[in-house]
Amino acid sequence: MSEERVASLRNRWFTTSIGITAATAVIGFAVGFLWLPLAQPGERFRGAWDAICSAAGLLQSPSASEQIVTANYPTTRVEVIPHMLAGADAESIGRGATLALRCTMCHGARGLSEANSPNLAGQYTIAIYKQLVDFKTGARASAVMAPLVADLSDADMRDLATYYAYLPRLTDSSANHPPRIVASGAPLRGIAPCGACHGEVGAKAGAAWLEGQPVIYLRTQLDAFASGARHNDIDEQMRNVARMMTPQEIDAAARYYAEHP
Amino acid sequence: MWNSKRLVLAHFWFAFIGFGGALLLGEWQMFIRSPLAAWIGDPELYYRSVTAHGTTMAYVFPTLVAMGFGYFVTEQSLRRPMVGLHWAWLGWGLVVLGTISAIVPVALGRASVLYTFYPPLIGNAFYYIGIVLVVVGSWIWVALMSVNLYRWKRDNPGAPVPFPMFATVAGSYLWGWTAVGAALELLFQIIPVALGWRDTIDAGLARVLFSWTLHAIVYFWLIPSYIAYYTIVPRAIGGRLFSDTMGRISFALFLVVAMPIGIHHVFEDPQVGAGFKYLHSVFTALVTVPTLLTVFTICASVEIAGRLRGGKGVLGWLKALPWRNPAMLGVALSFVMLGFGGAGGIINMSYQLDATIHNTQWVTGHFHLIFAGAIVIMYFVIAYDTWPHLTGRTLDCFGLMRAQLWLWCIGMIVLTFPWHWVGILGMPRRMAFYDYTNPQIAAEAVPVMMSVIGGAIVVVSGGLFFLVLLRGQFAPRAEPEAYRFSVAVRPPRTVPAALNGLGLWLGLMIALTVINYGFPIAHAIATPGTAVPPIMVGERR
Repeated sequence: MSEERVASLRNRWFTTSIGITAATAVIGFAVGFLWLPLAQPGERFRGAWDAICSAAGLLQSPSASEQIVTANYPTTRVEVIPHMLAGADAESIGRGATLALRCTMCHGARGLSEANSPNLAGQYTIAIYKQLVDFKTGARASAVMAPLVADLSDADMRDLATYYAYLPRLTDSSANHPPRIVASGAPLRGIAPCGACHGEVGAKAGAAWLEGQPVIYLRTQLDAFASGARHNDIDEQMRNVARMMTPQEIDAAARYYAEHP
Repeated sequence: MWNSKRLVLAHFWFAFIGFGGALLLGEWQMFIRSPLAAWIGDPELYYRSVTAHGTTMAYVFPTLVAMGFGYFVTEQSLRRPMVGLHWAWLGWGLVVLGTISAIVPVALGRASVLYTFYPPLIGNAFYYIGIVLVVVGSWIWVALMSVNLYRWKRDNPGAPVPFPMFATVAGSYLWGWTAVGAALELLFQIIPVALGWRDTIDAGLARVLFSWTLHAIVYFWLIPSYIAYYTIVPRAIGGRLFSDTMGRISFALFLVVAMPIGIHHVFEDPQVGAGFKYLHSVFTALVTVPTLLTVFTICASVEIAGRLRGGKGVLGWLKALPWRNPAMLGVALSFVMLGFGGAGGIINMSYQLDATIHNTQWVTGHFHLIFAGAIVIMYFVIAYDTWPHLTGRTLDCFGLMRAQLWLWCIGMIVLTFPWHWVGILGMPRRMAFYDYTNPQIAAEAVPVMMSVIGGAIVVVSGGLFFLVLLRGQFAPRAEPEAYRFSVAVRPPRTVPAALNGLGLWLGLMIALTVINYGFPIAHAIATPGTAVPPIMVGERR
């Protein structure tokens, strides 16, 4: 006994199932791509084809009436990717050490100082490189740093970053508990834990290692992010966080990171 | 004839051990996030646990149950030795190896990305490679199901394929095809980045590919339970299956409409056009057709059992049903949870209504009620029904089984109803820390505590489940009578060719996938400038 052929126009199962499926798809398409878009109030579309393209998800060019907002300040040009500075060699560290002689006044002979400027010893390569580039392009404003980086080449900045990352960090001797803002953030205000990017919970590419940084420096930077005076965070993530932090939280976070090494 | 006993037992035991561990993690997660516990202070531990719970419960547990039950059905319904036993063991080995490869980095905190991956989050490559191995192992099962059906049909030309086998092969094809989306995402998007070969990832494309898998995977989890509804329950309660044809149509329809509907999981994503979201809504709504066909057929089959047992009148048959039988109790409790879960799902599949509950605890409540509730309770029934045949030992602690099933259902309802409620209040899911002292969310504290209690009941039920299985494993030997599946009121003598094979339905499934996913995927690939740098997780310092 041989089975009847399924893929045949004489087979009712074949024709009916394909017919129903095709009809559902066609009606669904007509409603979703034509009727619903065109039924919306206001003349959003220039005809049926425009409505179909929009419903399909094609990017629409903005109309003349829509204003494109651009920042009125220089924005960062560094696109941080996790492995961007991987694979530094000893030569790079050596060149960085020579270049770093001009930085010792504020940042110390081995990347550590009491001058309330950031401690760079053991800082992430990407964080140092990004800030140097931002100082050079003006994305981050500093009367002190701008002239010092003006004549640095891209390779110089990479070498400096590699050298400081190579230096040993302050070692951790205390075991105090992080304040809530560092460990858990403030979910109701949309603040992620500081520690999720800056150490303690996790580390994310581009975020700086904060432990052992001077308390005054940390507080000043958070205030600058909150006021918008510092704006080289490419997606405004630090400005959004700092704006929503209370002065007490800023103080607690700054103190914790300063006292933690 | 019966030579896959050890194979099936190995699948079930590994599945259930994983399930037991993941169950405890789930309850721990709920407890430490609730007002009943002091906050643990480290959100990473929470996400690590969620990843392990989700990975085990979504990829390992149901896959192994479906595989093991599939092998069982193959031999018992075709009534001949299974072809490819060595391949089946290889498949099992790959799933076990993959599970270990995936769970170790999770346990070390190197892959706390949750089971849905969430690119641009990127964890340790071994996690993803482990998942790929699990999928490859399960694809061996898909191939074996197909080969066994093909050989049987070749040897029995024109004869109706036994319904349990038809349904099992339909489920395996559904999985074979739906796993392709996540496999593409892993192989071409995530793993190259995790291994450091690429520096950016198109998160939008990755999410669309995952949605290909994400909805139909639920139907893959569901299919063993549906097979149990049709082929175990009517026989176990002394009834007949109302209609063999209705069953075949249901499974064929699941194959067609369960697959190309996953974009309702990315309703709030900007990279997919509104038209395709609408189209997926329409096809999601069609899943109600095979679901309601099944509910009708099973209710009719149960009614037959009630009337055969002397039940009279409009509702009298309900009283006559063997409520002390675990299969009867299991299917009733499963339907209750399926009803509530399905009703909630109508909100999720609606493009407009979804916005109100998107990413809230409502969603967690929904899929726990459907999967952990309606589906998993039938996995218990499957285990209880097959255990004597697998172990060759008696399993007669019916009181314990009933207590276990009742506690599971009660626990699941106490667990998930409050979740739905706090979801409506706006409680986000996937968050580690809630400050209930804040007046804005203080109202959520009581329902959250209720759901912790529900979870505890579920854990007790899980413990009873293991107790039953272990009692069965160490009971006196007794050769069980030959295994039987349900018999239809009118056993099929001939079946239309369209319902005796799956070619037509596979063709429709693939065609609809191309229609519903082809353009969104092609568009995402063709749109420049959409790749972003990955965010590596698990790097603490």
